[in-house]
Amino acid sequence: MSQATSGKASKATPWLLSGPALLLFVALLLVPLLLTAILSFNVYDPVVGAKSGEFTLEHYTHVFTDSYYLGIFWRTFWMSALVAIICVLVGAPEAYVLSRMGNPWRSILLLVVLAPLLVSVVVRAFGWSMLLGPEGLVNGMLGFVGIGPVKILYTETAVIIALVHVMLPFMVIPVWTSLQKLDPGVENAALSLRASHFTTLRRVVLPQVMPGILSGSLIVFGLSASSFAIPGLLGGRRLKMVATIVYDEYLHELNWPLGAAIALILLAANLVVMLSYNRLVEGRYKKALG
Amino acid sequence: MSFLKLSGVTKFYGDTCAVADMNLTVEKGEFVSLLGPSGCGKTTTLQMVAGFEPVTRGKIELEGRDITHVKANTRGLGIVFQTYALFPHMTVSDNVSFGLEMRKMPKAERCERVRDALGLVHLEAHADKYPRELSGGQRQRVALARALVIEPPVLLLDEPLSNLDAKLREEMQFELRQVQRKVGTTTVMVTHDQSEAMSISDRVVVMEDGRATQIDHPHRVYEHPRTRFISTFVGKANLLEGRIVGNGNGNGAGGARQSVQIGALRVDVDEAGFSNCAAVLLTVRPEKIQLVALGSGRIDGEIGERFFLGSQWLYRLSTSVGDLMVLTPNDGRPALEEGTRAAADWPDHCTRLLPADGRATVADVLPAGAVS
Repeated sequence: MSQATSGKASKATPWLLSGPALLLFVALLLVPLLLTAILSFNVYDPVVGAKSGEFTLEHYTHVFTDSYYLGIFWRTFWMSALVAIICVLVGAPEAYVLSRMGNPWRSILLLVVLAPLLVSVVVRAFGWSMLLGPEGLVNGMLGFVGIGPVKILYTETAVIIALVHVMLPFMVIPVWTSLQKLDPGVENAALSLRASHFTTLRRVVLPQVMPGILSGSLIVFGLSASSFAIPGLLGGRRLKMVATIVYDEYLHELNWPLGAAIALILLAANLVVMLSYNRLVEGRYKKALG
Repeated sequence: MSFLKLSGVTKFYGDTCAVADMNLTVEKGEFVSLLGPSGCGKTTTLQMVAGFEPVTRGKIELEGRDITHVKANTRGLGIVFQTYALFPHMTVSDNVSFGLEMRKMPKAERCERVRDALGLVHLEAHADKYPRELSGGQRQRVALARALVIEPPVLLLDEPLSNLDAKLREEMQFELRQVQRKVGTTTVMVTHDQSEAMSISDRVVVMEDGRATQIDHPHRVYEHPRTRFISTFVGKANLLEGRIVGNGNGNGAGGARQSVQIGALRVDVDEAGFSNCAAVLLTVRPEKIQLVALGSGRIDGEIGERFFLGSQWLYRLSTSVGDLMVLTPNDGRPALEEGTRAAADWPDHCTRLLPADGRATVADVLPAGAVS
């Protein structure tokens, strides 16, 4: 009898324990998402705004047929992909070098890598806009070596530079984690079998940290594709990315249903890109690394 | 000419001396073990031979060629790591094949050599598995095959069996020795397990605090330990402190004999080299002592405790000169009860004398390398 009650209690415990988090998740994420989805199908009237009773697919067809929106989606895609690639090229070697350092330098430099996370993204964006502006430090130095003032601020370059800076920790940390799992003997083993240092890195170390690189690049791509503050502040008025156009639709055009539709398309596109990438590349390493 | 030769090899980490003036010669085809407790410098020595640690002072020669400063990836030695260090993302045959690939060997020949190597360690059936699908003993054998397939002049084994459970370790000791005999590769093994070192090596190098204190055949290390440390680290030993009291009864034909006074006990010993009145340690192995009827042995005592070890009984005999460990075979005779009084006896030639401060004498250490 007492066993039955205790069995019943233990069945309810997980639900009770996860209840608060579940409630928060439903109230703050699922409900707004559902409301946004409904909003995206509402008819828009320039005079009264969204009509809550009437539904249409017009906003979706509008986005998919207007080259202006398609261009912004394409720009968001290639810039995020480029940011992810640059983060791999910079972050993976960085993590490797860091993992090879002795203390105290390792701790100090790890803190330097993580430092961007400690500063508000708006402050960082303004910092970059000061550095990259026509009178900024970068142009000053370029002028010093004889290269005339270059327009960097309010171009794709500025947005990519700032995004790489912000996203680097999200690449370094997963790669660092998979490097920690590496048996320190394997590199020596490869060397003892007459492999050069480069071959050891390419054939032995790299394949083993590939899961870290994959998850890092997924995080970086996803966060870049939905980033708002940096493209907003460093891309200027003309260089739009998807998140900034959603903001414009909501607050400048006041076309909430269209903004909601773009936001949902971004969510869906991000999901499709990340899931297919994950399936495509990680599948190759799954068998070997378990 | 010796095959692998270490002369005066010394390693400092900052001000800490890890290996001091190591001299060792290994003949072709020989199996040598570096034995010692953790932190004695045995692994550092192996790392220096492998080329993973730079040598502070001294010289390492292989087949007469100085390799002291040759890079690890051009020495061509086969190494089996304590953690096995298999490449987890490669199959067993890819792991074994890696070294041959680095040597740019054509594929057909490579496949054949890999198959032979896997055959040697009985792993043909597992060629396409990944390391994580194998048991500890199988991984160990993959590591061995990977090191042997490149036909290295010297095979280095770093605690190769320490990650295996006791039963498997015994099997692998046997197999390791068998494979080494078959292939004939000169082998240097590092281990902290004295029974492992004893059972499979041709010679044992006992290391203490970065120094090689005895280099000898396993049997000699056991029967003629040169220091107090070795006598207790390699097997069990009874240590009795005493003082030389002149020459013995002198009936030893040609053999120099000395007498030692330990409390009320006076013992004749088949050893020479100690001056009169010198403080010495008398060592007797527990299995060399017999328990005999009261009054008919060298010293009387009372059995304090007894332990059943399966094939043997271990007794602790309390005597006037201290406790003695006595091992007697479990040969069917009834064991002695705790509290029984008995006498201990041993043959004269089964005792050894060591200087009382526990350090080897200079004369003891010098000829060590000459024995091979």
